[in-house]
Amino acid sequence: MDKKIALNISTSNFEQCLKCTICTVYCPVSAVNPDYPGPKQAGPDNERMRLKNADFYDKSLKHCLNCKRCEVACPSNVKIGDIIQAARIKYSTDKPKLRDMILANTDIVGTMASTFAPIVNTVVGMKPVKMIMDKTLAIDHHRTFPKYSSQRFESWYKKQAADQDKFDKHISYFHGCYVNYNFPKLGKDLVKILNAIGYGVHLLEKEKCCGVALISNGLIDQAKRQALLNTESIRKSVKEQGRTVLGTSSTCIFTLRDEYHHLLDIDNEDIKDGIELATRFIFRLIDSEDVKLAFRDDYKARIAYHTPCHMEKLGWAIYSTSLMRMIPGVQLTMLDSQCCGIAGTYGFKKENYEVSQKIGETIFKQIETLQPDFVATDCETCKWQIEMSTSVEVQNPISIIADALDVEKTMKLNKVNL
Amino acid sequence: MRFDTIIIGGGLAGLVAGIKLTSEGQKCAIISSGQSALHFFSGSFDLLGYNGTNEIDNPIEAIAGLDAKHPYAKLGASTVAALANEAKDFFASMGVRLNGDASANHYRISPTGELRKTWLTLDKHFACDSLESLSLGKTLILNIDGFLDFHPHFLSDGLKRQGVDCHVASVTIDELQRLRTSPTEMRSANIAKVLHKDDAIVRLTEKIAEKSQGFDTVILPSVFGIYDSLMENYLVERLKCNVKLVSTFPPSAPGIRLQMALKQRFQNLGGVYMLGDMVTNGHFEGNRLMDIHTANHKDIPFEADNFIIATGSFFSHGLQAHLNSICEPIFNLDVTASGERQQWFDQNVFETQPYMSFGVVTDSNLHPQIEGQSVENLYAVGSLLESANCLKEASGAGVSILTALKAANNILKR
Repeated sequence: MDKKIALNISTSNFEQCLKCTICTVYCPVSAVNPDYPGPKQAGPDNERMRLKNADFYDKSLKHCLNCKRCEVACPSNVKIGDIIQAARIKYSTDKPKLRDMILANTDIVGTMASTFAPIVNTVVGMKPVKMIMDKTLAIDHHRTFPKYSSQRFESWYKKQAADQDKFDKHISYFHGCYVNYNFPKLGKDLVKILNAIGYGVHLLEKEKCCGVALISNGLIDQAKRQALLNTESIRKSVKEQGRTVLGTSSTCIFTLRDEYHHLLDIDNEDIKDGIELATRFIFRLIDSEDVKLAFRDDYKARIAYHTPCHMEKLGWAIYSTSLMRMIPGVQLTMLDSQCCGIAGTYGFKKENYEVSQKIGETIFKQIETLQPDFVATDCETCKWQIEMSTSVEVQNPISIIADALDVEKTMKLNKVNL
Repeated sequence: MRFDTIIIGGGLAGLVAGIKLTSEGQKCAIISSGQSALHFFSGSFDLLGYNGTNEIDNPIEAIAGLDAKHPYAKLGASTVAALANEAKDFFASMGVRLNGDASANHYRISPTGELRKTWLTLDKHFACDSLESLSLGKTLILNIDGFLDFHPHFLSDGLKRQGVDCHVASVTIDELQRLRTSPTEMRSANIAKVLHKDDAIVRLTEKIAEKSQGFDTVILPSVFGIYDSLMENYLVERLKCNVKLVSTFPPSAPGIRLQMALKQRFQNLGGVYMLGDMVTNGHFEGNRLMDIHTANHKDIPFEADNFIIATGSFFSHGLQAHLNSICEPIFNLDVTASGERQQWFDQNVFETQPYMSFGVVTDSNLHPQIEGQSVENLYAVGSLLESANCLKEASGAGVSILTALKAANNILKR
């Protein structure tokens, strides 16, 4: 509000930066791509200059993955990642390419692709098509697009909607594009768990893609429109219906809670605490002894957990891992908390492929050495990257819990009668 | 969420306490707001190096001369000696090789070529009882081209003043040259990351061997590895001359390695390490701390039987200076801070700075106090404590490690 009066005072507390350089130690990009000036330089150091003159904006800021690991490492609580992303939004004059629009418009592409899912899945999986996409759109041919589902989650849900009203307690589910167009099973798994502990699951009045890919591809106006629509729907759910909004993707939840406010300037303070990951919601119910889960005796798995960058920033990995540890047959190992390199649409771009794989290298090696039955992670793009780069399958913790859950016993324990 | 012990602060003190407790079967969590001072590690742990400007040869004997409020004075000389031995075993059991002894300080070399009294120094790093005893002979200080956090000429001047025949040169390989594209990122951690890949260290070692022909000793910046010390071993095996590593300006590669190793050890023992979070407040009943809340976890409390606060000094916001007061920001623990703001510091930056000795008041068992009342299940450890001036007395790591072990031992005894 007083930005004009105090031009050299930031809202991102970059003045707290002591130049200690700890952030650059944990930047996944700076070590593998020397074209990137690193978080300290790109963030607080240059922000000082940019505030004086926009000409100091450096195009190489586009190399930032927005992983926020610099912020997590900073001993002085400087919002380094936010400073960099906000500078890109404010100063970048790069126009998004056709390719960027295709990758970022998950709703439009998802709707079209799931309508013709069998054809699309076959065609985009074909080698010549991959080569054409590589040459014409600069989508790297090493990449495999996630398969589209012919039945969208929303269509499946319509048939369940009436049943969900029968429960005493209710939540709303922000399913996100991945669950809707690619992998409805994850959404069904969440419904299975929540129903078993007595919660009805509902969709928001309106839901659009959270917009994380729009933000990172510079389609800010569209991101803002979608963010406003989502925020209004969430407000209705939290404030009017008293329903917490849950998600199964750490990046969607992080975007809805934090990035809308920090990057798109949307005031959501009143509802922020009503948006959370499903694993946190379930953990709280168990921790406060309001709910009990019963698991099958025959479920056995060696699982390695990968902490997605935005999960690290949220600090919520402990909820997903604590829930999985409650399953008697689970043996859980924590992988080193490092970026896997995909960063949403970043790794799909031809120019980033090599860097993306170099960033993830140590994690891939760790996974191949451990050879777990599967890797667990709360982010869909991490899942794609790990499955494309290792021999191990990846599952969301919610799916693992759903698979291991003894539904009947759980319903009895929680006195759920329908 | 319930734990046996919750530790606030994930630096050297917090991790040492956490490892000690988890290795004895406790369920522990560490909550850390950002990375720690280990990123500025000199390669040596100090115990007690100076009394004013006088060098201390035997730290244990020197404890008798300390102020009664000093953490070592509270522990007592015999406990300090016992804990110092325990500390050495502690690091040895983790595979961290440290040389030195609590009853006989040795010298490390500062990045500007000064000899400084210290307690334990990492294996392969520059350490000596006296320069003569090292018999360095014809010495080459070898930097990496374009690396700005290591200053061979400062070092060389320092060593020449002590009569060492010292020469300076630099060396590089293609990958390291490429790092120079972004000069601000040409730092020890990134150099180490590059050297960890493929056969980079093999090629660099060949170049170092070439350059160091005809020299008795080669001094190198300590940038060889943040994930393990395999590269250091390789260098020493391959080079025919005497190899000495010297710490660089921050970030410190051996410090990062130590931080990662300690954290890994803690997690392998079942500890939960939460980085980038901040404890916002605690809930007390009588003289006991019952649970704490954090910025990330908001309404979900963290409960424990015991708590350790190891939040560090001003740098890491364990202590905060306001216009007319110094406070401990989480629980508002009692703090010693004398006089008006003008008296907190000396205009001459090299003089003893009073604010450096400000810190949290504790009883002899390291329980801090709120309005004069000890909190019986809370321990304060590390550079948060009153009376120690880690810079002037060279006591930082010693206070952190020993008070952390002491608090952990007390908790285990209960």
